Amino acid sequence: MRDVWSLYSDKVMEHFKNPRNVGEIENPDGIGHVGNPVCGDIMELYIKVNNNTIVDARFKTFGCGAAIATSSMVTEMVKGKSIEEALEISNRAVAEALDGLPPIKMHCSVLAEEALKSAIEDYCAKSKRRNNECK
Amino acid sequence: MKRIYLDYAATTPIHSEVVKAMLPYFTEAFGNPSSIHSYGQEAKGSIEEARVKVADLIGARSEELVFTSGGTEADNFAIKGIAFANESKGNHIITSSVEHHAVIETCQFLERRGFRVTYLPVDEYGLVDLDDVKKAITDKTTLISVMHASNEMGTIEPIAEIGRIAKEAEIYFHTDAVQTVGHIPVDVNKLGVDLLSMSAHKLYGPKGVGALYIRKGTKLTPFIHGGEQERRRRASTENVPGIVGFGKAAELAQHEMGEEVKRLTYLRDQLIKGLLERIDHTRLNGHPLKRLPNNINISADFVEGESMLLNLDLEGICASTGSACSSSSLEASHVLLALGLSHEQAHGSLRFSLGKWTTEEEIERVLDVLPRVVAKLRAMSPLLKSHR
Repeated sequence: MRDVWSLYSDKVMEHFKNPRNVGEIENPDGIGHVGNPVCGDIMELYIKVNNNTIVDARFKTFGCGAAIATSSMVTEMVKGKSIEEALEISNRAVAEALDGLPPIKMHCSVLAEEALKSAIEDYCAKSKRRNNECK
Repeated sequence: MKRIYLDYAATTPIHSEVVKAMLPYFTEAFGNPSSIHSYGQEAKGSIEEARVKVADLIGARSEELVFTSGGTEADNFAIKGIAFANESKGNHIITSSVEHHAVIETCQFLERRGFRVTYLPVDEYGLVDLDDVKKAITDKTTLISVMHASNEMGTIEPIAEIGRIAKEAEIYFHTDAVQTVGHIPVDVNKLGVDLLSMSAHKLYGPKGVGALYIRKGTKLTPFIHGGEQERRRRASTENVPGIVGFGKAAELAQHEMGEEVKRLTYLRDQLIKGLLERIDHTRLNGHPLKRLPNNINISADFVEGESMLLNLDLEGICASTGSACSSSSLEASHVLLALGLSHEQAHGSLRFSLGKWTTEEEIERVLDVLPRVVAKLRAMSPLLKSHR
C-alpha cells in the first residue's frame, strides 16, 4: 500500500519528526519574523553571529509539516556560514536539501528563505547602530 | 501498528453485506436497464428495488428519487435545476455561509451568470437565524438551500423551521443531507424540503452514487440530457451495482440507526470532554448538542492543523483538518471563519468523525496521543509566548 504521507519526502518527514534547532536564542544577534496567520504559517528565526559567521541558529514555527521541516533545514544550512554565504541560500536550495517539496508547499521554502534574510537584515541593522560595518 | 480511522465523514468503508449485494451486478446480472430483454429487466428491477429502499429511509415515494453520481452532483442538480427552470420567476437564491463547496461553488457559478445569492451568516455555533432567512426573502427568490448538518463542524441546522418559512413564501427549499441520511432520522415531509441531496459512500455504501429527492410537482431543469433514464431528468446508463449497493446500505442504516446514534453520541461526548479537559486553550467548534452524533471538531490554540494531523498519522490515527476536500488549499476553512474563529484558530482545527467500527479503546488512544502532539507543537510555536 502506498505510504500515506508520500505527499512528503522521507527527508521532510524526518525533519518534521525530529526538528533540529527548535527554540529561541537568548540575546540573539538577529531575529527574523515572517509569515501571517491568514496563510497559516508564521516563522521566527534567531541567529547568533561571531566574526561575520553564523555560529548558531534556532527557530519557532507555527505551520504545516513543510513549514516545520523547512525551518529545521534552513537552520542546519546556515550554521557555520558567513553572512555573505548565508544570503546566497535560496528557497530552492532549502527545498532541494529536503529532497523536494510538493508544489503547493513551495511557499514554505520561500518563507524559510525570507525568515533567514529578515534575521540577517536585523543583524545588519543592529551592527550599524553599533557603528560596525555589515558586509 | 493498528491504524485508527476517525474520518468517517470523509468516507466510510463499504459494509460487507453491501459488497455482497453488489457483486452479482458486475458479472451475471450485468444488463442495461434500458434493454427490453431479460438481462435488462433484471437490472431495471434491481434499481427500482433500491429506489424503494432509499426512499423509505427518508420517508419519500420512490418516484421522487433520482439517482446521481454522488452528493456533489445532487447539489449541483438541485441548485442549477431550480435556478434555470424558474428564471422567469426570479433570479435570487438564499443559502448559508457554511455550506459544502458543492453548494457554495455552484451558487458562485450562478452569480457569474447574473443570479443573485444571499449567503446567510451563522452564530458562534454555526446555526442559521430564522429571522435572517425571512428577511432575505424577496419576490425574486426561487430557492433556499441550507444544509441539514455540517460535514465540518457537525451543527444540525433548523431545517424543519426553515421549511415552514419556505412553504409559506412558496419558495423551493433544498437541503444537503449528505452527512445526515443514514445517521440520524431524516423525513422529507417533517423537514418540509422539496429537494434533498444524499450520498451512498457516507453510509457504508459505494462511492460514485448518490441521489436527489425531488418532491412531486417541483419544476427543475434536467441535469444531463440524453436518454430516458431517471424519468428524463438525468440521462446516462445507470450505475447498477452502485445503486444496488446504495439500496442495501440504506436498508442496513434504517435497522441500525437507533442503536448507533446512542453509541456514537456517548463516544463523541467522551472524546470532546476528554480533549477539553486534557488540553488547555482548546475549544469545541459547532453546537454542543445540536450536533451530529459522530462529529468532533476542536481548535487547539497556537498549533496548526496539518502538523497535528501528520503527528497523529505517525501514531496511526487518521483524522482531518477542515474539510478534506480543501486540504490542498492554503485557505483556512470558510466554515470555521464563519463561526467567528480567528485565522490561527481556524488553521488549528481538527475533525474526528466516528463510525460503525469506532471503539472506546480508539477514543482512549486519541485522548492519550493528542495531548502529547499538541504539547510537542506548542513547544515550537512562536504564537505561544505572546499569550503568556
